[in-house]
Amino acid sequence: MTNKWIVTGLAVFVLAVLSPFWFNMVTTTQAAPEPELLGPAKEARKCVLDKYEMRANHMSLLDEWRDAVVRDADRIYVAANGKSFHMSLSTGENSCLGCHEDKEKFCDSCHTYTSVNPYCWECHTNPKEIE
Amino acid sequence: MMEKSRRSFLKVAGIAAIGLGAAPAMNFAALDSNGPALPVKKKNENALHAKRWGMVIHIDKVTDKIAKKISNACHIQHNVPDFTHEVDTQKFPDIRPVNPDQEIKWLWKEKFHYAFPDKGDEFLAEKFEHLPFMVLCNHCKDAPCVQACPTQATFSREDGIVLMDFHRCIGCRFCMAACPYGSRSFNFRDPRPFIAQIDPDFPVRSKGVVEKCNLCAERLAKGELPHCVEASEGALVVGDLEDPESEVRKLLKEHYSIRRKQSLGTEPSVYYIV
Amino acid sequence: MLEIATKGTKNYWLWIAFLLIVIGAGTVAYLDQFFNGLMITGMSRDVSWGFYIANFTFLVGVAAGGVMVVIPYYLHDYEKFHRITILGEFLAVASLIMCLLFIIVDLGQPVRMLNVLLYPTPHSMLFYDMIVLNGYLFLNIVIGWKILEAERNQVKPPAWTKPLIYLSIPFAIGIHTVTAYLYCGLPGRGYWLTAILAPRFLASAFAAGPAFLIILCYIIRKFTKFDPGWDAMQTLSKIVCYAIIANLFFFLCEVFVVYYSGIPGHQSHLQYLLFGYHGYNALVPWMWSGFILMTVGAVLLIIPKLRRNYILLPVACAMIFIGAWIDKGMGMISGGFVPSPLHHVTEYTPTGQEIVITLGVYATGFLVLTILYKLATKVKEEVGG
Repeated sequence: MTNKWIVTGLAVFVLAVLSPFWFNMVTTTQAAPEPELLGPAKEARKCVLDKYEMRANHMSLLDEWRDAVVRDADRIYVAANGKSFHMSLSTGENSCLGCHEDKEKFCDSCHTYTSVNPYCWECHTNPKEIE
Repeated sequence: MMEKSRRSFLKVAGIAAIGLGAAPAMNFAALDSNGPALPVKKKNENALHAKRWGMVIHIDKVTDKIAKKISNACHIQHNVPDFTHEVDTQKFPDIRPVNPDQEIKWLWKEKFHYAFPDKGDEFLAEKFEHLPFMVLCNHCKDAPCVQACPTQATFSREDGIVLMDFHRCIGCRFCMAACPYGSRSFNFRDPRPFIAQIDPDFPVRSKGVVEKCNLCAERLAKGELPHCVEASEGALVVGDLEDPESEVRKLLKEHYSIRRKQSLGTEPSVYYIV
Repeated sequence: MLEIATKGTKNYWLWIAFLLIVIGAGTVAYLDQFFNGLMITGMSRDVSWGFYIANFTFLVGVAAGGVMVVIPYYLHDYEKFHRITILGEFLAVASLIMCLLFIIVDLGQPVRMLNVLLYPTPHSMLFYDMIVLNGYLFLNIVIGWKILEAERNQVKPPAWTKPLIYLSIPFAIGIHTVTAYLYCGLPGRGYWLTAILAPRFLASAFAAGPAFLIILCYIIRKFTKFDPGWDAMQTLSKIVCYAIIANLFFFLCEVFVVYYSGIPGHQSHLQYLLFGYHGYNALVPWMWSGFILMTVGAVLLIIPKLRRNYILLPVACAMIFIGAWIDKGMGMISGGFVPSPLHHVTEYTPTGQEIVITLGVYATGFLVLTILYKLATKVKEEVGG
């Protein structure tokens, strides 16, 4: 094994490790979408948790909710701010989509941007899509 | 010298570990005293409760027509796919042919000697030959499916309902082998193309999970009776088996009833008044 | 040690290439199943387990069969098995890998597989099956590898392998017992609900595993310079013989109980398998072939003159192996599901795609087996047995 080979190997490795940067250099990047509050959500201005906690932890909250609903038969969530919500993605006025009416702006825009693909909507239905 | 320094290191490390452990508790206490109130999860105020939910089926009141109405009410509102439904090939262009044996059903009619294979007497009252016997999940007190499930995706709820957590099911189908009543169905394929009109109030299932009757847990939570009971014109009654004053108990007191494969000791919660 | 597997004859590489092609075909077929669901199989609402679980059950037996060389050698110092214990252990490794793959391809939601660890459920038999299968796999990899390595370096194996070897014995019994418990603890399935299921599984395992080992010894003799030893093969054949007789005996006990008591819920399954039920009889020729193969194989092995016949021995072993595969594979699984708990009859045959996936899993197992056996035989050649 000569030094030449080792250096070549290292160079290839470094190039490969930095591939996300190369990828971003040749493709265009977009600014993160700004969440937009619409309809009832805009008026209410108070969600289940405060804004930053919601952004960071909504997935854990939803995970907790589904266990509560399915396994403990609890359906109502009285938040720390005193407001109560229906622990459901899409059914009823007090559910996630009941307040945030536009699923594309509320869920999809950020999920698409961050390339996450939650499987919620494989089974749950956005009532807007039916009509 | 060496020995001493290691000991002191361990001491410090131990104290540090206690501190780490205490931190969440401290936070919790701090939150409780002057922070906002903690969130609470609770049931709907009008939810229906029971110590152990059960069903009574008046066999005499179920005609073929009512049987069909009951099944339809259940299947349509729970988004149960119907594999005879003609698929919209515009929406689902690459649909593959259906294997009818891979069907899904929650509540359906059987002839007496299938519903009660151990009670198929040689000289059976003639009317039993033709009566439609509605069969469904028995929500057994000692359910073999609950015992078999390796992830607790199937579990017995406090109120006796045997429920499926579709999020958790890995599709091993051990529960289907375990169920002595053939009450469970498996999603061999994506059900969506075979649902005429999706009801947004109840989730569809994904391929690869098992499903069955949930005694309309989602309706009981809202204070409503199950779909089948509402469609049955009085033939199906649900109530609390543990409450001597409940309607189901009164019916069972007055009439002779049978249960499916009771000798297996699973304690089915569905009674048939014959 | 693994570098040994990178050098081989043309035939060796042809065989590896062939296995890789089969694995490739199986993978393509599996990807289709992964994206479209188990609809591509012949399974149904009534017969909810099929070819995958059938092969799983059988291969657990082959894996457990390895203990039939471990017990005589390690517990009774039976020197003649010195050369073949490693073959038994490596056969167990390959079989267990196939078992685990069969479980995975059978899952409806394989990506959620780890829920079994996330929500451990001690009242489910699958929980224990997971523990013993993975435990036995781990034990055999460690033991086999360490002992072979020691042999290569001409030193004694490390002392800590001894307790692991002793531990592997109850684990071998355990994997098949727990696999039987998956079935025989279910109240509604008359064909499986019998206390003799676990003993019967073990008997057929102790026949099928060693029978396959004898066939492998023939292949090793043909393609390598390592000789596992004719005496060892003869002792193995006696084990096969008595184990398969025990299996047939247990089955006849089952037949007696079922037919003499005449309880319909128990009888209908055997009736379906052996004579047909309400005009459905797809498995009847299949089951009878299985029993004839096992019986003739047993007769061939019990007569000393025939057992010692160099040409006849592998034939008898193949008959027993295939017979046991029919009996414990398709017979056991389909037989349990037909008729259904409501006494409906839905018959089951695997689809072509299901068979391709199954072959892919087998090819993976054989690839592992080939590589491990290559290592073992090469080391044995080097040190001269």
